[in-house]
Amino acid sequence: MHGLEQAGEILLLLVQTALWLLRPPWRMRLVFKQMEFVGVKSLNVTILTGAFTGGVFALQTYHGFSLFGAESLVGSTVALALARELGPVLTSLMVTGRAGSAMAAELGTMRVTEQIDALYVMAVNPVQYLVLPRVVASVVMLPLLTIVADFVGIMGGYVVGVHLLGINAGIFVAKIIEYVDPEDIMQGLFKAAIFGLILSLVGCFKGFYTYGGAEGVGRATTEAVVLASVTILAADYVLTALMF
Amino acid sequence: MAQPEAIIELRDIHKSFGAQKVLDGLSLLVPRGRITVIIGRSGGGKSVILKHMIGLIKPDRGQVLVDGQDIRPLDDREINQLRKRFGMLFQDAALFDSMTVFENVAFPLREHSRFNEKKIREVVEEKLGLVGLTGHGDKMPSQLSGGMRKRAGLARAIALEPEIILFDEPTTGLDPLMTDAINRLIKNTQAKLGITAVVISHDIQGAFQVAHQIAMLHQGRIIASGSPEAIRDSDDAVVQQFIHGRAEGPIEVL
Ligand SMILES: Nc1ncnc2c1ncn2[C@@H]1O[C@H](COP(=O)(O)OP(=O)(O)OP(=O)(O)O)[C@@H](O)[C@H]1O
Ligand SMILES: [Mg+2]
Repeated sequence: MHGLEQAGEILLLLVQTALWLLRPPWRMRLVFKQMEFVGVKSLNVTILTGAFTGGVFALQTYHGFSLFGAESLVGSTVALALARELGPVLTSLMVTGRAGSAMAAELGTMRVTEQIDALYVMAVNPVQYLVLPRVVASVVMLPLLTIVADFVGIMGGYVVGVHLLGINAGIFVAKIIEYVDPEDIMQGLFKAAIFGLILSLVGCFKGFYTYGGAEGVGRATTEAVVLASVTILAADYVLTALMF
Repeated sequence: MAQPEAIIELRDIHKSFGAQKVLDGLSLLVPRGRITVIIGRSGGGKSVILKHMIGLIKPDRGQVLVDGQDIRPLDDREINQLRKRFGMLFQDAALFDSMTVFENVAFPLREHSRFNEKKIREVVEEKLGLVGLTGHGDKMPSQLSGGMRKRAGLARAIALEPEIILFDEPTTGLDPLMTDAINRLIKNTQAKLGITAVVISHDIQGAFQVAHQIAMLHQGRIIASGSPEAIRDSDDAVVQQFIHGRAEGPIEVL
């Protein structure tokens, strides 16, 4: 499929999803189920990602900054990078690998085993029943996960910076408070919501239009992860250029 | 307006998948309140016919009429209204594999009936009983045998007691006793509720038992349709070869 055509079809799916948002019945039970799947079950991987990213970032900046005696800025640098970039981007990429792929696989399997046709036959719209809850859950949960990643990442940076590298704890924290605006965090969370939209929409799109049996499901899953990841990184650039 | 005799009419349907022409000018009348059995060779396009009737597949050319109305121009809402009058058993059952058997059968009830939980439980248990699955409601579809899945799909298709039920090979893969039981179930359900049923079947003997009308698909068209007696006495060599299951004759088998 051509890239442009595909982009058009994904946008069409977005419009349909948005229209269903306005029309009852709202299936809160399905939304909560997806929130649990996308959000709660991604908590472990988010915490691990955040902790190690914060830690390694502290390590790297320390080596650079100590050359000109700016060790005191390690904390705020780590915090800013996490809030604005690393928190939302890495969290979204991890959730893409975990949940976006699962969405493609699940919907893809439903497609090739005619479960999606069965929904149509029973007069239930599959966009409303399957896509909407996943998209809503992802848009809501990604910012929440990002908050966790930001926080744990700063903790990781603190552990490495203060306990391992011996930066003064008070200064480490004070500089974070001094340099990180709430706005930095909010913009990061806004990004995360957009990334949640991207990963769920792409995952659902690839799953929804799966063809060709088990092999097709495999292909849809891979394509979903690749396309969503690349789109997230590209969108990150655009959003950053627009916001900061 | 008097309701037309035929509840579903397929008019000169043409359908290709890629280069492969599957339906080639097919026409068929499905009489209201009767059981129509479609027979024909494997891969001949029987499932494709059924999917046309409920608008899952759109014809390349030709019309599908339900109650005399062409279904092609219907919008989302209208087609859903129409589909609520249908039940369908898919060839591979198409059970939702994330739900238990009970929830599968309850699904159309929860979506489209105003029944409370107690009534839903009652109806589901009743339908599961009708297909011999009492006590299996808590199983997941992956824990069922092929024949059990098919029967669960059947229970789901009849749950709302719709006006028109499409059965794609309801008895394929069942043992002879269960085959007879399901044939009886279809016949009794139809007689009790006066519904319209379209059944695809490879079980010729069963087809002659349940059908009011038999239609034979061959090379993308209905080449013969009529009462079981008329089909049995047909002088069409293709029909005779098919219903007697002979490898020799006008149909090239291999
Ligand atoms: N979605 C599709 N895409 C491409 N080809 C299809 C599709 N659906 C059906 N076909 C083709 O149409 C032909 C008829 O298929 P269909 O499933 O209707 O056969 P059938 O008569 O139901 O056979 P059986 O008795 O084995 O179930 C087959 O050759 C099949 O390959
Ligand atoms: Mg078939």
